Amino acid sequence: MLKFCMRIFSLFALGASVLFFIFNSAFAGNPTKVGFVYLTTPGDHGWTYAHELGKQMVEKRFGNDVKVSVVENVPEGPDATRVIRELAKQGNEIIFTTSFGYMEPTLKVAKEFPNVKFEHITGYKRSKNVATGNIRFYEGRYIQGVVAGLMTKTNKIGYIGAYPIAEVIMGINSFAQGLRSVNKDASISVIWANTWYDPVKEADAAKVHIAEGADILAQHTDSPAMLQIAEKKGALGFGQSTDMSAFAPKAQLFASINNWGPYYIRKIEELKSGKWNTGDGPNHWAGNDWGGLKAEMLLISKFQNMPDSVAQKAQEALDGLKSGKINIFAGPLVDNTGKEIIPAGKSLDDGALWGMNYYLKGVNGKVPG
Amino acid sequence: MDALMLTIIATSIPLLLAATGELITEKSGVLNLGVEGMMLSGAVGALGAVLWLGNPYFGIIAGGLCGVLMASIFSIFTINFMTNQVATGLGLTIFATGLTGLAGAPLVGKTVPSLPKIEIFLLSDIPFVGEILFKQDFIAYLSVAIIIFITYFLKYSKSGIVLRAVGDDHQSAHSVGYPVKKIRWYATCFGGMCAGIGGAYIPLVLTPHWSEGMTAGRGWIALALVVFASWIPWRIIVGALIFGGITIAQLVGQARGWPIPSQILSMMPYLATIVALTMISGRISKSNSVVPASLGKPFFDTQ
Repeated sequence: MLKFCMRIFSLFALGASVLFFIFNSAFAGNPTKVGFVYLTTPGDHGWTYAHELGKQMVEKRFGNDVKVSVVENVPEGPDATRVIRELAKQGNEIIFTTSFGYMEPTLKVAKEFPNVKFEHITGYKRSKNVATGNIRFYEGRYIQGVVAGLMTKTNKIGYIGAYPIAEVIMGINSFAQGLRSVNKDASISVIWANTWYDPVKEADAAKVHIAEGADILAQHTDSPAMLQIAEKKGALGFGQSTDMSAFAPKAQLFASINNWGPYYIRKIEELKSGKWNTGDGPNHWAGNDWGGLKAEMLLISKFQNMPDSVAQKAQEALDGLKSGKINIFAGPLVDNTGKEIIPAGKSLDDGALWGMNYYLKGVNGKVPG
Repeated sequence: MDALMLTIIATSIPLLLAATGELITEKSGVLNLGVEGMMLSGAVGALGAVLWLGNPYFGIIAGGLCGVLMASIFSIFTINFMTNQVATGLGLTIFATGLTGLAGAPLVGKTVPSLPKIEIFLLSDIPFVGEILFKQDFIAYLSVAIIIFITYFLKYSKSGIVLRAVGDDHQSAHSVGYPVKKIRWYATCFGGMCAGIGGAYIPLVLTPHWSEGMTAGRGWIALALVVFASWIPWRIIVGALIFGGITIAQLVGQARGWPIPSQILSMMPYLATIVALTMISGRISKSNSVVPASLGKPFFDTQ
């Protein structure tokens, strides 16, 4: 009897699941297949985690209308080509490649799959089906400069950069502009880590900066190591990509947070409605898709570990950038050797930002290479 | 200057420990290229143990044990099953990179208390030297103790001489009745323990968090260091300080705006290793070599 019941039950269960399956595929329509390529595993801080949050926003917004595949831990180079091609083969309609080093692999695969849309994050090369998305990270660094200028006692700022590429250099120069807007005596020393991610090296660089007298640290690398050292040695610093205050509750002044979700959602919506484009416009560099504080692609975490007066100045800078009242790279601009970059009355356009290979006044040394 | 010197020492200690362990392993004739993997597992094990048990000293033990565990896997394959040591070592590193990523996933984003500094009574008050030499953490003292121990062990103890014999000519050692496989097992596990503790030093002292692949190639530098030191223990201290010193020097150079490109300085340790290798191979023809003659060769006891 029991056996018979079990049989009936399993038959029933089978029937139900078949029905459910038919129902599901008949009414859900075809979900848009979306692929993501990550440089590392997301973890819970830093660059890739910010993308992971964006992906989660996509899933929340579209629900069953999208089917997201993610490949983590993809090294930049030939491996990336293989992974991106595989994602395209699997029928993903739009693929987000979320690191600068995926630029050439993305373009290469895009040529082979003309019907698939590709979104390369932080790159500058496009083609018919490759768009680029980026955030105006440098706007956050201007506010960092303002806070650093008001908080520093030694007038020495230690900056850790990953690679001397335009992206990072414009961040340093933007920081310098913010710094000099409140404090003409302070200056920035830069250490290049020549890696995006090496906690021990970043920690070493932070220790060296502090030993050299810096009391405020800023970074354009991905690990929380710098803030941990700052916390240990009583210095202050800024979080990168995501809020890192959990690692350094006493040292983080604030963090610039990358908010990719709205961009991803917009691009997928465009794809669904057939309006997807590469954003190519009169301004090739980052086109219409280079959003910053105003577009809320860059968010600023809570101002902390600073007096109210400083937090207020920081808020003013934030508001000024949002409203467009503050133009970070407005002339007259002079580089740190005294050469004029742009006269008063003019300001640098986006193309000029992507061509930066010099430091502005307020930064020590010169750009390597 | 004090602060910089301390930074150099802190950077050198993981290299020092891992290289010392590998030196003993190689002296027994086993080439274990899995140092990077063993360091990673030591790092993840140490952090996990501290989070679980709350005391950073348990991290040292856990780190060492994880290193030994990895080394045992390597030993089973290379010593008992006589697989190719180079391939197995590389495999171990790749395996451990993946495994630690998996095991470490729940640890991401957590921080732990650092290993405390131990001040040695009176000596730590000596200006300059006291701060640097006698105000270190436990692992730093331990690593110096290990170096002193193995120098004595290799040179004067009977077991040390047997170990070297096994590394130089395993057939002869076997024919006079020494248990070649057992000795190699011990040596490899000792190497694993040192590498594990070296790896543990990274989350316990340098950057108190876990992130995937956080050793970032230090295991490979440790391997180079063994060659640089031409298999002589005290030279590892010198080598580790030079490697660490150059790492820090290139950072200081950038902060102060020295006119030397930082890449040239980063290159130096490897250049030095190649020079050391060349000098060693030049010497081989003249007298007996410092390189263990059976290094990397599997031992078949049926022969």
